[in-house]
Amino acid sequence: MSTTTPTSGRGAARRRALIGRTVFAGPGLIYITAFMAIPVLLVLVYSFFQRGRFGGIVWEFTFDNYVRAFEPVYIQVFSNSLVIAGTTTLLALLIGYPTAYAIAKLPARWRTVALVMVVLPFWTNFLIRTYAWIILLNSEGPINSSLVDAGIISAPIGLLYTPGAVIVGLVYAYLPLVILPVYASIERLDRQLVEAAGNLGASRARAFFDVTLPLTLPGVMIGAIFVFVPSLGNFVVPELLGGGKTVMVGNLIRDQFLEARDWPFGAVLALFVISLLVILFAMQAAISRRINGTGKRMSSRA
Amino acid sequence: MTLETPLLTITGVSKAYGDVVALDNVSLNIRQNEFFALLGPSGCGKTTLLRSIAGFEDPDVGSISILGPDSSTPINLLALPPNKRPVNLMFQSYALFPHMNVRKNIMYGLQREGLSKEEIAQRVEEVLVTTGLTDKASVRPAQLSGGQRQRVALARAIVKRPRLLLLDEPLSALDRKVRAEMQIELKRLQHEVGITFVVVTHDQEEAMSMADRIAVMHEGRVQQIADPVTLYAQPANVFVADFIGSGSLLHGTASESSFSAYGSTFPCHNPDHISGGAVLVLRPEDVRVTGVTSTDNPLLVGTIIETHFYGGSSSTSVRVPEVEDVIVASHPGAPQHHVGDQVGLSWDPQTAVLLQVHP
Ligand SMILES: Nc1ncnc2c1ncn2[C@@H]1O[C@H](COP(=O)(O)OP(=O)(O)O)[C@@H](O)[C@H]1O
Ligand SMILES: [Mg+2]
Repeated sequence: MSTTTPTSGRGAARRRALIGRTVFAGPGLIYITAFMAIPVLLVLVYSFFQRGRFGGIVWEFTFDNYVRAFEPVYIQVFSNSLVIAGTTTLLALLIGYPTAYAIAKLPARWRTVALVMVVLPFWTNFLIRTYAWIILLNSEGPINSSLVDAGIISAPIGLLYTPGAVIVGLVYAYLPLVILPVYASIERLDRQLVEAAGNLGASRARAFFDVTLPLTLPGVMIGAIFVFVPSLGNFVVPELLGGGKTVMVGNLIRDQFLEARDWPFGAVLALFVISLLVILFAMQAAISRRINGTGKRMSSRA
Repeated sequence: MTLETPLLTITGVSKAYGDVVALDNVSLNIRQNEFFALLGPSGCGKTTLLRSIAGFEDPDVGSISILGPDSSTPINLLALPPNKRPVNLMFQSYALFPHMNVRKNIMYGLQREGLSKEEIAQRVEEVLVTTGLTDKASVRPAQLSGGQRQRVALARAIVKRPRLLLLDEPLSALDRKVRAEMQIELKRLQHEVGITFVVVTHDQEEAMSMADRIAVMHEGRVQQIADPVTLYAQPANVFVADFIGSGSLLHGTASESSFSAYGSTFPCHNPDHISGGAVLVLRPEDVRVTGVTSTDNPLLVGTIIETHFYGGSSSTSVRVPEVEDVIVASHPGAPQHHVGDQVGLSWDPQTAVLLQVHP
């Protein structure tokens, strides 16, 4: 009889904890399931069927959409996108890491000010900010005219509507997404570890590469993913700053849904991007665990 | 006392963080091969002093110099960056590199010296044996116990064979039993490797049992520097008397050969000719528990509130109505009285230390 009484110590406590957790996690879970998991599932389902004539789906099972994705023209778009997103990520890290480092070393009250400034651009409209780059980069724009005035170039050069312009626009758009996670990891880093390296004979540069950099790598990877994946999927910047000449996966997906009305093929392309995201995050998690040496924590606690 | 030049000379070092004075005109010498302890309550500036020696804090004023390798010319430490100072610091939190295993942690400092692979490997193996970490060599710090981490931190510091090893509360994170073992091990290591140790602690028993000499610090100032016995028998001031050992303090006024407190006057030994506000320090082993009759001639009368039997000896705590401190008497054998008994207390005026109170 006593085995069924719910008041028996640990069982009841565990149940209460579970209920508590469900109550708090509930709204978030429902939101994510409704607006994230279900659409992804739909995309997965669509990818195996045929396109309807004016959009939508004809429920006839096929692998054709997947086969088509490997046609040279699409491979080209993919590799284009990877190069542009990769370059964007690299540049964003090269600019973002020192920025984050400098912010983390500021006196406490200036840190908040600097962080607000980093996210400030997010408070203005993304399209407006991207249009501003058109003004900056076009042949009569301030960049070209000051280069001509300075005598560095004799005539305006074509900055706009190039892959370079797309990269500049993407770096600008996603830089805060690198700075914030990198800042968090530098801020969290135990300052004494760097001092210990110095005490053991490492110069400041040496201590940075031996201690600071490896231990902030998890933050760096998060930042990289935050830039890489949305860069890959962005279609506004390639269109506005690339002038439609630079086609990226994002444009391709958008076109499939809105113009070509080929939902199943669009679904396949979207799935590729989603899978890439999942793989990257899994890699990030594995590497973070390795770096912190906590991979076997469960067994060592026993 | 030897006249040899000290290994480390700290002269007039002060350091303030805003309004907080962490170090106030600290001067002390550390001799070659000695086990030196910096003792004081939390927040008295011990860590700040060690960090100044290691190069992670810049003193506002003062100088710190260490004897050069040729043992003749002193080197101005403050002019050197941390990585160029011949001093190793074992951090209070150990600061082990979480992304390196035990062997790599220990190797790190030797690699920075640019030693040959063979020499590094040999020295690392040696120190792994000395610290009993051989079977943990390829494990990450996250998988070690507190005591093991402490040993890795120690190994990482001593493998460098520094002239001076600074240890910031090396044992405070360990539980009582492990701590006692580690105290012995630290002493043994110091003899074995022949390095000068400066150990920071807030535990007076730890300092007393391990150190050759102790500097007692309080609010950024050095209160007294002496060997443990002197510190106990001849405390320089009330703070030291109170902090070291388990004495009771009587507050009163001193004149040439007597001490008045709580309406009574006690004979006392006053070699320093103290007068005015003073404190009489009663160590448990100097206090006798007596009867209360006039033949017993007690100096104070009180009620027993506690007795403890430690096997070979016992202690009796007596509450005297006017006195703030409970007075503790220790004596060999079993307790002679019971809680609640009225007893007298007396002591030999020659043994009780009289200290001036500075207003
Ligand atoms: N970086 C710092 N900024 C401000 N105050 C500090 C800093 N480091 C130490 N202090 C202050 O200086 C005093 C001495 O600190 P510390 O040397 O750590 O003492 P201990 O090691 O003896 O406990 C304390 O009051 C502490 O709050
Ligand atoms: Mg401290």
